[in-house]
Amino acid sequence: MKRLPYWVIALALAALVLLYLPLVGVVIQSFNVSRLGLDWKGFTLQWYERLLHNAVIHEAARNSLIVAGVSTLFSTVLGTALAVGLDRPWSRRTESMFNNIVYLPIIAPEIVLAAALVIMFMLLRHVHPMFDFGLPAVIVGHVTFQISFVALTVRSRLAGLPGNINEAASDLYSGGWNRFRRVTLPLLVPAIAAGALLAFILSLDDFVITFFASSPRSETLPLFIYGHQRRGLTPEIHALSTVILLFTVIFVVVATSCLRPARTNGSH
Amino acid sequence: MTERDEIRPAQADSPPPAEAAQQAHLVWRGELTTRARVRGRGLLLVAPPLLWIALFFAIPMLLLLMIAFASRSSTGGIEWRFTWDNFRQLAGFGPFGWTPTNGWILIRSGGIAAVTTAVCAVLAYPLAFFVAVQPARARTLWLVVLTVPFWTNLIVRTYAWLILFGPESPISRAAAVLGFVPPGSPLYPGMFATCVGMVSAFLPFMVMPLYAATEKLDWRLIEAASDLYAGRWRVFRHAIFPQTAAGFSVGVILTFIPAMGMFLVSDILGGARFMLLGNLIQLQFGFGSGNPPYAAALSLVLIVFTLIIAAALARLGGRKEDLV
Repeated sequence: MKRLPYWVIALALAALVLLYLPLVGVVIQSFNVSRLGLDWKGFTLQWYERLLHNAVIHEAARNSLIVAGVSTLFSTVLGTALAVGLDRPWSRRTESMFNNIVYLPIIAPEIVLAAALVIMFMLLRHVHPMFDFGLPAVIVGHVTFQISFVALTVRSRLAGLPGNINEAASDLYSGGWNRFRRVTLPLLVPAIAAGALLAFILSLDDFVITFFASSPRSETLPLFIYGHQRRGLTPEIHALSTVILLFTVIFVVVATSCLRPARTNGSH
Repeated sequence: MTERDEIRPAQADSPPPAEAAQQAHLVWRGELTTRARVRGRGLLLVAPPLLWIALFFAIPMLLLLMIAFASRSSTGGIEWRFTWDNFRQLAGFGPFGWTPTNGWILIRSGGIAAVTTAVCAVLAYPLAFFVAVQPARARTLWLVVLTVPFWTNLIVRTYAWLILFGPESPISRAAAVLGFVPPGSPLYPGMFATCVGMVSAFLPFMVMPLYAATEKLDWRLIEAASDLYAGRWRVFRHAIFPQTAAGFSVGVILTFIPAMGMFLVSDILGGARFMLLGNLIQLQFGFGSGNPPYAAALSLVLIVFTLIIAAALARLGGRKEDLV
């Protein structure tokens, strides 16, 4: 067991406090009878009850799930195709060009991505009303950054596959599509699932792109919380945040326990 | 892609030289084929996603570049007339002469991003080490503890500070007793709240790549350095940092660049008194009242910053592959 100096442990604890104090605060307030202020007036579940009967929140939750579901579907297919297609004997220059295209949407500040998208839609909307701001625009924006995350997740698995497995398949007269479907794809399934999960949660969490590309009728949960906290904090928001937090914890536990072996060099 | 693909010319039955130049046969994944065929099939797979990224990312970026030199129409739209005005406005030259407001916003954005990154690094290294030295069993649990904030909605983690910094919270009361704020007033909006919010927002993005690097650390080097009477700083500088440089530069990319463009945290905790570049861009996209070409020029500044930082960190050994 390696010993760390006390000041290192103190700084680590300070970091944990910074990370968890806000979350703990929200959870405690969501059970507090007191509507305003921090004084503990007793335990209640009434804010959760109100959540169940709030039609606006239902609408926002539905929009969030539609956006996340549809965008994940698109980006998983496109991202997997990208990863598999990149795994070819490309020339060095072509490969580095492809790589830059994949990494740019990840590295670029999100607000720039959103700004570019808004401008594109401002122009496209003169061509066809389909390109108006709203759920389709939000979905397009999400897919654009999700593709890269799915592609990188699948690619790291692809790079970790034993090299001779394809050769073995070929020696057994399995080639082309058949080899891909019977050998490569089944081995990629955990990584594709991990990529899809990543894409789904990224979409649910996204605020900036959604904020820029949405219309008043396509409010998602983060937008709802944002709009609401501007008008003052309410315990319903704390209850909603606690529910979101609970789902996050479940997601993390499931992801770390099931998909861990699939991530060979993952840092998330 | 890698060595394991074993791209090699077919040895047996190789075609005559003239033909070989045209039709380079190769054995790829144990399959006798030609380079052109393998690439052609790859292109079929790569084309749809790349077209998507081109249409909704690359082309919009080029448009952004062009629009930065266009004019604002009277209705707040875009008028295709070449002008340098957006960049003059960016430099602070308005219709009423020069003002330092924009300069301050730029300096503030850069400063906040730098401070956030530095504080995150100072806190993230100890946390990463703290988790890395735990016994293997406990480490899995600690990993969950580190990952939960990483995935928790940023807006939830940010607005929560409004509770903690509210007028009646113990933190605000303590600050009032110490004389930082008048009694009964909140600690937001302002610089302090924004800084705390930023550090708390980006800390997970610094911790995760650093933890990934710390987990693989060769501790013998640290022991060796200590045995050779290296002080703490020199142990860090020569034994720890080189081993974690890649993770560190990924952490900086995930922290500094988004912090430069941040508008959510400063919007909630900074208010109008503490605007950042991101808030300025967002304001200029407001329909009717905004100025999209000016916003495009501001975005361009952000892109240039991003590219400079990414290029600088690439030299530090951060592999892009470590981002996910």
